[in-house]
Amino acid sequence: MTIVFPFTAIVGQDEIKLALMVAAIDPTVGGVLIFGDRGSGKSTAVRALAALLPKMRVVAGCRYGCDPADINALCTDCRAKTKGGVKSTLVPVPVVDLPLGATEDRVVGALDLERALAHGVKAFEPGLLARAHRGFLYIDEVNLLEDHLVDLLLDVAASGENVVEREGLSVRHAARFVLIGTGNPEEGDLRPQLLDRFGLLVEVRTSNDLQTRVEVVRRRDAFERDPVSFVANWEKQTARLRRRIVAARERLPTVALEQITLERAAKLCIALGTDGLRGELTLIRAARAVAALEQHSAVSDSHLRLVAPLALRHRLRRNPLDDAGSSARVERAVTELFGP
Amino acid sequence: MNQGSPAPKSPWTDATLVACVVAVDPTCGVVVKASAGPVRDQWLILVRGLLPRTMPWRRVPLHATDAQLLGGLDFAATLAAGRPIAERGLMAEADGGMLVLAMAERMTGLAAARFAAVLDHGAVVLERDGLTLRTPARFGVIALDEGAGGEERPPPAVLDRTAFHIDLGGIAFKDTSDHSCDAGEVAAARALLQHVRHSAESVDALCAAALALGIGSLRAPLFALRAARGLAALAGRIEVVPDDAAAAARLVLAPRATVFPLSERPPQVASEDKLPPDPHGSKTDDANQDAASESTHPLNDIVLTAAQAAIPAALLAQLQLGPAARLRAPSAGRSGAARSSPQHGRPVGVRNAARLDGNRLNIIETLRAAAPWQRLRRDPDGRAPSGDLKSGIAIRCQDFRVTRFKQRAQTTSIFVVDASGSAALHRLAEVKGAVELLLAECYVRRDQVALVAFRGRGAELVLPPTRSLVRAKRSLAGLPGGGATPLAAGIDAAARLADAIRRKGQSPLVILMTDGRANIARNGDPGRARAEADAVLSAQQLRMVGAATILVDTSPQPTSLAARLAGEMGARYLPLPHVDAVGLSNAILGLPALASRELSAR
Repeated sequence: MTIVFPFTAIVGQDEIKLALMVAAIDPTVGGVLIFGDRGSGKSTAVRALAALLPKMRVVAGCRYGCDPADINALCTDCRAKTKGGVKSTLVPVPVVDLPLGATEDRVVGALDLERALAHGVKAFEPGLLARAHRGFLYIDEVNLLEDHLVDLLLDVAASGENVVEREGLSVRHAARFVLIGTGNPEEGDLRPQLLDRFGLLVEVRTSNDLQTRVEVVRRRDAFERDPVSFVANWEKQTARLRRRIVAARERLPTVALEQITLERAAKLCIALGTDGLRGELTLIRAARAVAALEQHSAVSDSHLRLVAPLALRHRLRRNPLDDAGSSARVERAVTELFGP
Repeated sequence: MNQGSPAPKSPWTDATLVACVVAVDPTCGVVVKASAGPVRDQWLILVRGLLPRTMPWRRVPLHATDAQLLGGLDFAATLAAGRPIAERGLMAEADGGMLVLAMAERMTGLAAARFAAVLDHGAVVLERDGLTLRTPARFGVIALDEGAGGEERPPPAVLDRTAFHIDLGGIAFKDTSDHSCDAGEVAAARALLQHVRHSAESVDALCAAALALGIGSLRAPLFALRAARGLAALAGRIEVVPDDAAAAARLVLAPRATVFPLSERPPQVASEDKLPPDPHGSKTDDANQDAASESTHPLNDIVLTAAQAAIPAALLAQLQLGPAARLRAPSAGRSGAARSSPQHGRPVGVRNAARLDGNRLNIIETLRAAAPWQRLRRDPDGRAPSGDLKSGIAIRCQDFRVTRFKQRAQTTSIFVVDASGSAALHRLAEVKGAVELLLAECYVRRDQVALVAFRGRGAELVLPPTRSLVRAKRSLAGLPGGGATPLAAGIDAAARLADAIRRKGQSPLVILMTDGRANIARNGDPGRARAEADAVLSAQQLRMVGAATILVDTSPQPTSLAARLAGEMGARYLPLPHVDAVGLSNAILGLPALASRELSAR
């Protein structure tokens, strides 16, 4: 296991951090897409997630990462074993990297070639989707991934289930994960349909503030020279943030959502002319996650304001040539509705 | 022997210095711009000689497949052994050594992204062919850039992840004899490297210089810092001195500059950190740099001056021209270049193929199909049927699987725009508007667009084929107008591009916007008659390419000139005397179908 740069040591990039934490608190917001400049720390932030999040409980030895607490959702393997009670272990939340050049058989899973060739056994070998269950699936350079793979991933991410029908195998298993994509807009755009399927869109730029940049370089350099002690130095802060996330998850179901807040969110979406209802749903869910993170008992305007650009900027019916406009439009609508 | 001296030296001396630093810290990659020849060979020999003999040194061919690069299933070994055997790719083999990328300027964005992922991870993560492997792969990159024009550059992902960008272009072979360091010194420096310390001020100075030069990526100052440490180690020091920082800025930062620092200094940098001793310039936040407040200024200046003095002349000229010329600064993306080769289309599944009929066998799927039957196909005593080797796998022709590809005929629309004085006055704005509308349409269909403009003495490929709307819009907005009308050159450029696109298996669609008038001949001489005759010749040649063509007559009164030209090039003629942007784009929409029709008819 390689040592990754700690999440808490990332300088600035508050929007990335917020979006990832929201997705960690409430996975139902849908995926997170991070678009931005080269060398702005997109991948660093995503890869740091695994070390940040609290470990999760899985059925020991389960290839699909079943949750022992959820007896009804166990996979067939586990169900066969549960007669004498389930043994469980704690594992880090999976943040599975989907490398470019991955083939479809490894993504969805396929016939286990080794067992088939050596023993003539027809067995299913789970793929990356099974490994990402209950965690995150990360695609770097999402706009370079082949279209058919992207379609497949989005489909599974939306349905939460992976259905494999190939080579005479018929397997279905749960695959609930949060899709995280990063990309550079200069390499090409994503299709609008695809954009809409990501819950939150973060736009990042490298900071132009000298002090921030110096601090980034310093920390990165310190990390590269001695990763072990660097991570140890940040462990305390990481643990504090981890506790906040755990607390927020527990608080989430109790956060109140008042009628007036729902109306506010709807008004905002109407003012912006977003397509469909996915924008409103994401906006509400993300705002609730933020309220939980900030230990509030109800969602308020300030939470909506904070997440509105993340949840809505990629859903405006827009002129695709208008490259800078959407964030500004969201800001404007928010100001008009909520006051300056 | 004295690598530490700060003054800029001859290009070869700098190149050898880079070779030494790369040999000390191989993970500082380098892009070498030079045509293939003795000078480049000499440089490569130098680097190789400075590295330990045992260090792997692999050369990556341009069109290396994923299997070659990343590794995959070793088919022969798998069949022989009867169990899956993985094969290491080039990147895994180069672990702890050097990878030389041949013709990096022609590398696709996809291949570059694979390199970037491995460089960032330090490992090859393989999810292919039923294998899941993670192999360490820490290597240095030497990317050979043989690009001729400004457009041909290695992909930005590679440029961003290499420390040095050197140009051996102007160096004569006779100047390449002297070497300033030997392998022994480099080995000593390599051992020393991990003990080298740097001051906080040198970090400040390098970050400030990067910012002042308009370098967005934070990898640049990080690389500069590593280079500075490498330089210090080479000089036998365990402390980075200002000279090291200055040399690092010169070697790492200068070639990446996107603005000329004197004219466009970011305000807070200018006021806080850049001006030498200023009585009121005391820091607002001394927390980070306690005692350094006074001494940083000279260092910052030294570093920035060194970088500034070393900005390559061509880049300097571009920077001083201002934003319009900077459009094609090195950071611009390049998505369009041959993203998928014709054999690769979109795989839409696998089918049985008892006969291959020229299709490529999908080995993995074939093995998968055969695997469940192995028991049954063997003799009761466990041996393979007669004729097969005893441990082999029995594959029957009904197991053969081939991948079906769905080749979406991708269209690349080439806009050829007359940006000369005559057209610019009344038409250029409308043409720009129309092109923007068409771009939006291309975006929806995922077509690529390219933009050729002709004015003054020649034609220029303003935008190579791309899907990036942001880029297209930017280059269009920055398109200058004015000058003479070299129509023939414009048509020639379009024909060349259309031909190149055809060769890639895509369908080109040429949209020529002109009034048919020309006053610059092919050879660059002025003269209306000659120029128009040349334009007709060029039009005939464009017809030979066989691309679908549309000629939009932009003159206020339709003339026979443009109509005749359209006839010569077999183009559809659209006289639009009073066209506005919307009208123009409406007229052209729907026509791209033309491109695919023509292609299928051939």
